[in-house]
Amino acid sequence: MTRFSWFNATALTLGFAFLYMPMIILVIYSFNASKLVTVWAGFSTQWYGELLRNEEFLSAAWVTLKVAVMSSTIATVLGTMAAYVLVRAGRFSGRTLFSGMIYAPLVMPEVITGLSLLLLFIGIGLDRGVLTIVLAHTTFSMCYVSVVVSSRLVSFDKSLEEAALDLGCSPFEAFRLVTLPIIAPAVISGWLLAFTLSLDDLVIASFTTGPSATTLPIKIFSAVRLGVSPEINALSTIMIGIVTVGVITASLITKQAAVRQAREERMAERPA
Amino acid sequence: MNQPVFATWNDPDAKPLIQFRNVTKRFGDFTAIDDLTQDIFEKEFFALLGPSGCGKTTMMRMLAGFDMPSEGQIFIAGQDMARIPPNKRAVNMMFQSYALFPHLSVWDNIAFGLKREGKDKEAINARVEEMLRLTRLSKFAKRKPHQISGGQRQRVALARSLAKAPKLLLLDEPLGALDKKLRQDTQFELMDIQEKTGTTFVIVTHDQEEAMTVASRVAVMDEGRIIQVATPAQIYEAPNSVYVADFIGDVNIISGRAKPTGEKVAIQWAEGQPDILGTTTTKFDAGQEIHFAIRPEKVAISTEEPLDAANKLQGKVLDIAYLGNISTYHVELPTGHVIKAQTANTRRLSRRQITWEDPVWISFTDTAGVLLER
Repeated sequence: MTRFSWFNATALTLGFAFLYMPMIILVIYSFNASKLVTVWAGFSTQWYGELLRNEEFLSAAWVTLKVAVMSSTIATVLGTMAAYVLVRAGRFSGRTLFSGMIYAPLVMPEVITGLSLLLLFIGIGLDRGVLTIVLAHTTFSMCYVSVVVSSRLVSFDKSLEEAALDLGCSPFEAFRLVTLPIIAPAVISGWLLAFTLSLDDLVIASFTTGPSATTLPIKIFSAVRLGVSPEINALSTIMIGIVTVGVITASLITKQAAVRQAREERMAERPA
Repeated sequence: MNQPVFATWNDPDAKPLIQFRNVTKRFGDFTAIDDLTQDIFEKEFFALLGPSGCGKTTMMRMLAGFDMPSEGQIFIAGQDMARIPPNKRAVNMMFQSYALFPHLSVWDNIAFGLKREGKDKEAINARVEEMLRLTRLSKFAKRKPHQISGGQRQRVALARSLAKAPKLLLLDEPLGALDKKLRQDTQFELMDIQEKTGTTFVIVTHDQEEAMTVASRVAVMDEGRIIQVATPAQIYEAPNSVYVADFIGDVNIISGRAKPTGEKVAIQWAEGQPDILGTTTTKFDAGQEIHFAIRPEKVAISTEEPLDAANKLQGKVLDIAYLGNISTYHVELPTGHVIKAQTANTRRLSRRQITWEDPVWISFTDTAGVLLER
């Protein structure tokens, strides 16, 4: 055990304050009774009530949810397939190039991704709306899924698949009946990651959206330009809640799977 | 003993179950299997034995269909296997890592292959129960693989690979993960199950004792080639080369020049030492290089000069390895050669007559050793 030290305690406090102070202030003010954001006038949940009656916010939330579910689902399917092929295909010429290309969007500035997608949609004459945002979100969140899934596949014992083939499975059945159930935790946490990313994306959504589809982050951003309202504080608090739950669930699933795997391996070594 | 000895390979009319015909397998520049031709017959327990990297696992993977030969053909039951994928072969494999499906129970692991065949529920149930009984796993049917011991897991793997009643069962180092005592028990279990089911077994192992125990025939491999195929007894008593003699068990090798004398061959092996006399059916020319291989247990050791031994040599004890049931004496000859002689410890240790530095005689008959060309 490291002994308590004032230096460590201060550094920790400052670090966390830096990270979480803005969010804590936002959450506190979402319960403010006053209409003026900067003046505290007692505790109230009225803005949450107002929010539920605000049709614009509600429809934006619905659009966001639809986009997030669709894009993260498509991204999970595509990302898992890409990860599977890249890990399993063995050595083929250009393999390094391919895996590099899968991961490149991770570091690509969002503005550029958004702009290039916008150009593409205009180029092929696709009307901007929910569909284009879904496509755009799929594009950038797919590589996150593929990173998560491929890191699991690397440690996957290939002889399990061979055993499935040996027992009469076609390659697809082997994947469906053996590989997929075993890597499921990684796939689920990939989905949750993609879902969260889609939920809070502003930049790419602004580029690819149309008049018919306004997502929540776009709605908030445009509302804030007219001044911060307590309603937005309440809405943001709810979003922080959803994202937090999503991220924590994803990491718990991953961690639990890792712990279980370690325990199973330990059990495997000990003859009972 | 009227029971017919199992030796299909000596029957000229027998049709082999597996035929390797001039099979070569390359991985890039590396040749794993080098122009190999071999027949394996039905109901055999055939062991592929060799050091790691000798190509034994590659042979097995080609039988299972995970690797394809670069050249040559493999036939199973007369059918060319070139275009048959693993899931269409009447061959099952027991993996070295067991490769049990961690998300399925023992029961579902065993039923896995049967369900793929699309059999009806009744038939699957009956077959799984039968397999569980055969491998004494009935109590563990509902457990997951990580909830049972290593020995039980090994039996699940065996049950799963036998469930589909394959023509051919491949076993890749099946007992490698078990401790010695459990391994010996399991070896006998394997032989028992092989006899009961009448399945042809091909086992890959680097453990020569295991191969000798379980197999009806052993193929000793080195660098992608089969050096010798014979029954365990033949491999041990009549190896065809120094490599095989050295790989299987303990052996003394003395090299020299041949001097045929009538029915026997004398070996001139050192200045001032009497020639070693041996018998062989191979024809040796005078002066030809020759290797004399003799197992330590066929060399007798004594303090007195033995009177009627075909070969006797004098030396002194360099080392004694006491193994409980037997003792191995390392005897140094005046030429510097060290010969190992083994005796069974039929008496208690305290009565032992020979100790370190003692001058001793070692002796052996003229049929005890094997004469090898290479």
